[in-house]
Amino acid sequence: MDLVLNILLGVVVAATPLVFASIGELVAEKSGVLNLGVEGMMIIGAVAAFAATVGSGSYIVGILVGALAGATMAFLFGALTLTLMSNQVACGLALTLFGLGLSALIGQAYSGISLPQFPRVDIPLLTDIPFIGPLVFGQDALVYLSFALVAGVGWFLTRTRAGLILRAVGENHEAAHGIGYPVVAIRYLAVMFGGACAGLGGAYLSLVQTPLWVEKMSAGRGWIALALVVFASWRPLRALGGAYLFGGITILQLHSQALGLKIDAQILSMLPYLATIVVLVVISRDRMKMKLNAPSCLGKVFYATS
Amino acid sequence: MFRLVPRKEPNRAMLYATPFLAVALTIVAGFLLFGALGKDPLHALFLIFLKPLTDFNSLAEMLVKATPLVLIATGLAIGFRAGVWNIGAEGQFTIGAITGGSVALAAYPDGGPLLLPLMAVAGALGGMAWAAIPAFLRTRFNASEILVSLMLVYVATLLLSFLVHGALRDPEGFNFPESRLFQEDAHVPALIPDTRAHIGFLVALFAVAAAYVYLERLILGFQVKVLGQAPRAARFAGYSEKRIVWTCFMISGALAGVAGLFEAAGPVGQLVPSLPVGYGFTAIIVAFLGRLHPVGILFAGLLMALTYIGGETAQIEMSLPSATTSVFQGMLLFFLLATDVLVNFRVARTAKPLATPSGAAPKLKPAE
Amino acid sequence: MKRAIRMFAALAAAASLAPGAPAIADEPLKVAFVYVGPIGDHGWSYQHDAGRKAVEKEFGDKVKTTFVENVSEGPDAERVIAQLAQGGNKLIFTTSFGFMNPTIKVASRFPGVKFEHATGFKTAKNVSIYNARFYEGRYVIGQIAAKMSKSGTIGYIASFPIPEVVMGINAAYLGAKSINPNIKIKTIWVSSWFDPGKEADAAKALVDQGADVLMQHTDSPAAMKLAEERGIYAFGQASDMKTFGPKAQLTSIVDDWNYYYIDRVKAVMDGSWATKDTWDGLKQKMVEIAPYGPAVPDDVKALADATKEKIISGELHPFTGPLAKQDGTPWLKDGEKASDKDLLSMNFFVQGVEGSLPK
Repeated sequence: MDLVLNILLGVVVAATPLVFASIGELVAEKSGVLNLGVEGMMIIGAVAAFAATVGSGSYIVGILVGALAGATMAFLFGALTLTLMSNQVACGLALTLFGLGLSALIGQAYSGISLPQFPRVDIPLLTDIPFIGPLVFGQDALVYLSFALVAGVGWFLTRTRAGLILRAVGENHEAAHGIGYPVVAIRYLAVMFGGACAGLGGAYLSLVQTPLWVEKMSAGRGWIALALVVFASWRPLRALGGAYLFGGITILQLHSQALGLKIDAQILSMLPYLATIVVLVVISRDRMKMKLNAPSCLGKVFYATS
Repeated sequence: MFRLVPRKEPNRAMLYATPFLAVALTIVAGFLLFGALGKDPLHALFLIFLKPLTDFNSLAEMLVKATPLVLIATGLAIGFRAGVWNIGAEGQFTIGAITGGSVALAAYPDGGPLLLPLMAVAGALGGMAWAAIPAFLRTRFNASEILVSLMLVYVATLLLSFLVHGALRDPEGFNFPESRLFQEDAHVPALIPDTRAHIGFLVALFAVAAAYVYLERLILGFQVKVLGQAPRAARFAGYSEKRIVWTCFMISGALAGVAGLFEAAGPVGQLVPSLPVGYGFTAIIVAFLGRLHPVGILFAGLLMALTYIGGETAQIEMSLPSATTSVFQGMLLFFLLATDVLVNFRVARTAKPLATPSGAAPKLKPAE
Repeated sequence: MKRAIRMFAALAAAASLAPGAPAIADEPLKVAFVYVGPIGDHGWSYQHDAGRKAVEKEFGDKVKTTFVENVSEGPDAERVIAQLAQGGNKLIFTTSFGFMNPTIKVASRFPGVKFEHATGFKTAKNVSIYNARFYEGRYVIGQIAAKMSKSGTIGYIASFPIPEVVMGINAAYLGAKSINPNIKIKTIWVSSWFDPGKEADAAKALVDQGADVLMQHTDSPAAMKLAEERGIYAFGQASDMKTFGPKAQLTSIVDDWNYYYIDRVKAVMDGSWATKDTWDGLKQKMVEIAPYGPAVPDDVKALADATKEKIISGELHPFTGPLAKQDGTPWLKDGEKASDKDLLSMNFFVQGVEGSLPK
């Protein structure tokens, strides 16, 4: 029982950065913008949060700075793709490269510094319930935030007027513009929300998971978050599920080694990527179904003619 | 206030001027960045952009680095023109190295003049096979080729690691995860004696020339361009999107595979887990920097190679992190894309409401 | 085109044949170091850099040292080493196993430069190799681990199944078994020397499966941090990691390269440098046991010190028969000590170790 609990706790830690990053990207994509720079925004979030926490001694400051740094990177992306109407794929790649490099430059001064363990929530009585207590009531604050974000985004997209407008912009920007919605401004907001979320995901890596700053520590998680959005067919709850599935496979692979199972680590590590491809194929093969969720204007350049 | 007004025709002068403008802006931004980080900016820029050009060995090493970049970018550019986004060239590169390298290891210790050509063919086929997966899933199931090709990069890297930990591991290598050193005949011959520059660079030049002919002179090349610029028109004209997606993936897969084989059989001389170092991704920048034009790509590849070598020099002499290189590469692409707008648009004042140009959204012509 | 190539070739030949400028007496000796990780790893590369600093301190302005960190064991290593050789460095230390082939290749191009490669097995006229007998230290910490473990399970985070690492696991197991015959060692291979995220996840998995003492053959302090957080014990690797686990660290196997680096620099200075294969241990203090942590009781300290003394005096060899391989085939006869050659090519677990070597 303890082993199961510990594995589940490990899965939460592995999944949370993915939840943050994918829910943010989901909003950006719903508005019609494909930002491939999640990895770059995440790593900048990680280094900024770490540096700010070390500098200020406050986790709250660190987390806010991490989110802000991610949003700043996203603003840069917005300036290029929305204002200057550049190609989104190429800009996203540039953002990733730039982020990886810049984070290493900034982080040079912070390698080898360590932070104390990130505090976990501890509610007397509730956290003491066996099994369920530590799992449900004993996580760190960011885990709860990630769940709140998923719920909030789900509610926002389907139940609010603003969410409807955002989806309309992603669905048909010409029409949305015609009705008089500020397409570019809405997309800026969506992209920057995505950047802030990616920054939070990065902050989780450097403040909670390790907690250390290490070059390239995002290790491809930003790309996985991108795949998760498609995996989830642009639905917040499914993105959450996908992130936990992915985190689960990562953790189980280590456990199976410690248990002495003779499965090659590399083969196991391939599973999440292969699973993503399979899901991608399954959801894409039905063009009608795909259309229902995929924003029609995803990745397309918008130019206001009047 | 200013606003952007579409040009009727892409501006030729801007088309050629923007890459230089981007390089200049990158240097200015780099200057400010180093200054902000408290490093001597002039010295750093000198080390990155000029020092390697003054030294014979560094020049040769530039060719070593440029070879895979030019090969891959040439293939990718054809796809990008058609709106086919193969961003998993890194994976095709890795698989090419595996299949090509396996031929050498299977023949070991035998050689012969046919070995290297066989390896190159195997490398190309390996890259094509890996590229066939996203091509098939896109054409058959409509799955995004961006995500599939990207996911396959990770699978390919893990596959390489799996093989050099097991089947391809050097039997006399004390269990260290790397293959044995290839036999003499399996090495790519040197282009310049006593350096690592190899004849792969000549192959890259050949690929550039072939791509030029393909895009400018052949029907299919024309279809590729039309599909990228006006998908609807292309469909109307009866061009098969399927066929073009396949063609683009096969060309870029083959070139990436050959590049991987040259890397394994050239400067490295064996299969090691850390063989893929990101050429497949950097090549995307090279393709854009070269305006998706084969000749432009050649120069862009050399410039990008320069930033690698220069970055390393700066790492040795100023202990800058090796990632400095990717800061520059990222900025270069940013500025290029940002200035690209000047090709298709002109800046106008919006003192009074402008007469809107006829036609809806501008034709965004991928730069040539 | 052809002419250009020929010209290039001529230039290249000239460049490679040009004799190095004769060293002027007051000109400092240039010495370079190539590290696989960041010097801030607080492990392997950190200790090598401590050796570099010791060289600077010893010789002052008679040497000029350069280092390059984060050099991947891939296609770029050769160029970095060659660039250092070309930059006038007369002695170059390459400090990771994966630099072996690049070092040998560059050495053949620069016969006038001396190379020192750590942990490899290929030498040349101008290439020496050096390594430390870490297994001696690992036997000692194996004993401490067995004394301190309540669960009887030790977790081991390993990098690559090369002889060096396999030897360490075997030595730690034999040390632990000499205290508690039922001890278990669980191993996770992370296929990296330095990946704090993965090391932390592996450490978690090991602890979750019952390990209450962690050992590692990877270079980051991530596992130590986790041990501190979970209130269990761990051993530092390569350098003293007590800042990361003030309560958790029992001790640390410290690599001390200082004296070796100073010796070799001196040898180049006075012209006595020759190819050498060095494998030093506790006796020469290339391997050291860091001061014990607060959790280690006095009797365990005394036991560990005694074992250390016995290894130094030669009375005890960690690999002494009778020993069988994991599958039961006999390896060493009663009282027989493993030869260095056997150790350096070790590719099997000894009987009793659980798990299998990755294939």
